[in-house]
Amino acid sequence: MKSSRYRIICYDDCIGCGRCASECSFDAITMKDHHPVFRHENCVDCQRCVELCPRGALSITRNPNRFRSHAVFSEDAIKEIRLQAETGGVLLSSMGSDADAVPVYFDKMLLNASQVTNPSIDPLREPMESVTFLGSRPEKVERLPDGTLADNLPPHLELSVPIMFSAMSYGAISLEVHKALAKAASKLGTYWNTGEGGLHESLRPYCPNTIVQVASGRFGVHADYLNSAAAVEIKIGQGAKPGIGGHLTGRKIVGDVSRTRMIPEGLDAISPAPHHDIYSIEDLSQLVMSIKEVTGFRKPVIVKVAAVHNIAPIASGIARSGADIIAIDGFRGGTGAAPKRIRDNVGIPLELAVAAVDQRLREEKIRDRVSLIASGGIRNSSDVAKAIALGADAVSIGTASLCALGCHLCASCHTGRCAWGIASQDPALTSRLDPDKGAEALVNLVNAWTSEIKEMMGGMGINSIEALRGNRLALRGVGLNEKELEILGIKHAGE
Amino acid sequence: MKEADLRKNNEEEVRSIISEVSNGGDGMLTGCLGQRYLGCGLRSGRLYLKGTPGNGLAAYLEGGSVYVDGNAQDAAADTMNDGLVAIKGSAGDALSYGMRGGRVYVLGSTGYRTGVHMKAYKDRKSVLVIGGRTGSFLGEYLAGGVIIVLGLSGEGPITGYFCGNGMYAGTIYLRTDDIPKCLSDSLSVHAVDDDEKETSIMPFVREFASLFSLDAEKIMESRFIAIEADGSVARGQHYAAV
Repeated sequence: MKSSRYRIICYDDCIGCGRCASECSFDAITMKDHHPVFRHENCVDCQRCVELCPRGALSITRNPNRFRSHAVFSEDAIKEIRLQAETGGVLLSSMGSDADAVPVYFDKMLLNASQVTNPSIDPLREPMESVTFLGSRPEKVERLPDGTLADNLPPHLELSVPIMFSAMSYGAISLEVHKALAKAASKLGTYWNTGEGGLHESLRPYCPNTIVQVASGRFGVHADYLNSAAAVEIKIGQGAKPGIGGHLTGRKIVGDVSRTRMIPEGLDAISPAPHHDIYSIEDLSQLVMSIKEVTGFRKPVIVKVAAVHNIAPIASGIARSGADIIAIDGFRGGTGAAPKRIRDNVGIPLELAVAAVDQRLREEKIRDRVSLIASGGIRNSSDVAKAIALGADAVSIGTASLCALGCHLCASCHTGRCAWGIASQDPALTSRLDPDKGAEALVNLVNAWTSEIKEMMGGMGINSIEALRGNRLALRGVGLNEKELEILGIKHAGE
Repeated sequence: MKEADLRKNNEEEVRSIISEVSNGGDGMLTGCLGQRYLGCGLRSGRLYLKGTPGNGLAAYLEGGSVYVDGNAQDAAADTMNDGLVAIKGSAGDALSYGMRGGRVYVLGSTGYRTGVHMKAYKDRKSVLVIGGRTGSFLGEYLAGGVIIVLGLSGEGPITGYFCGNGMYAGTIYLRTDDIPKCLSDSLSVHAVDDDEKETSIMPFVREFASLFSLDAEKIMESRFIAIEADGSVARGQHYAAV
């Protein structure tokens, strides 16, 4: 028998209520004679049974069995070889990369605080500005013949907090998640993003806080969809799988997913790796301008790219294409499904990408033409503050927002059997997620982070996000080499 | 019908014609010299264009008709949702990318990547008829709808390399006996019989012929082949979940 990765342990407190079995969507627990029976090999460690057991009688551990240790060929490496030898398949995984060989630079940077001179500010007693505007800034002030200011401001997004929700498509995640995100964004005064699967009709009331996406498959894209949103995002790439397209299998294209994507039920939804009409910055510019044309130049256009090797010149090109905002998705960005080798080996960390792009755009004197959104592995408020200090205008959170809704990163999204009702279209599972409670959790999370960010800024003697943006002096590196410090544009701690 | 000459560059006049067309009326713009996004997002009315409109002609078209007496450039009928586009000339690359509904008729030939990722949904079915020939990558990723290439003009093979690569629904009809070069193994080809000709091709060829004053019956005398996705071949990658 194949060894299981996890072992479910049941303690004496068990009363045989069967809740664990009814909650498990992976067929790892069944009941027999009022006792749970485990099929450990099916357990994905999603923690649903553990959290919902009324007696706290369950725990899940790693299977203590292990392969003979080897410094090069780890147990996972051997298991993956055996799996591929058996199936001939490309390894598929989900959520963001947990490749621990790639440093998380956020953890190697420290924030500053004021002492003695330049006193710190108490955000509870003094105003602290968290409003952020995203969009292109006019290059100069223009006046009308009578001397009054001409309104030459291009369309902007106004965020009451510098935190948005990342693009996650309906189909990959449930409508309940979309509802929770939309409600939370609307309550918080920020934005959520439909991803490439279109906008469900029932979410129209949240349009003022909705960013819609145009990806290579153009699913659900039409003039009304583009005009309904606050902004339009052209998705070129995503951090979890740079250079790779998407493939939502036909069995997930059912009912409302089919209607929202505007494709027949049961037909695969394939997003080609490239947009076949974009082969250059000029072509990108053409798509940006056609979107502006059809939306009457009333919506900012975002171009989302994965953080890759030449990200600085790529961003420079995007800034010159007419786009108003660049979204950079880093190496650790999440996904509903990605080839594991791509996820863990392609792209670069977000921190280096944001710093390099901000630096390059400043050098080329085009930084004000665009705003930068950073995403991909943002876990907490200090990551947000550090990303902004490196040069981002705002961040988007995907994985973190799903964690607020119950996700435990079991990385089984691609199965469609998510026990938390997040990455599934099965009504029996999705009904487990209450959009109202979900929205409340998201609002709490973002409010808590905002309070923390304000406190950090106050400590530095800064009273607005604007003043933190690109403020590299607020950061110091620890344990980084000179090249890393140079790219991040920061000094080492102690300097 | 109101008319304006784009070379005279009278923005006021051009605007009034566009708004006339948007309100369901007719309007004509002459002297087109590469102006982009003409007819973009149009919902109703009839827009007549003379000259060479620029890239992004009739992008996101939602309804109405756009007639071009001349050639079109790249990315015409991009993500078109409904309506009609008739081009009495040739069109450039990436024609009808991601088109979901409506009809596009081109009398002449088209460039590379024609009809990539066209779709169909419910009562919407994208239809693209090309009188001449096309460049390579015709109908790649086709996800629905019909592409018909007649080969009435031009020289050489009716389409280029890699026709229909990655397509998974919809049909490409070619008025020829010759199978295109480098056709993917995951596609099937069959000769079109009279019934299929009559029901699937004739209605669109009839409209095409009437738009450009041609004889539909004569065009239909020739043999057609149909290219479709081979349902027995697994699409995409074979995966093993970790």
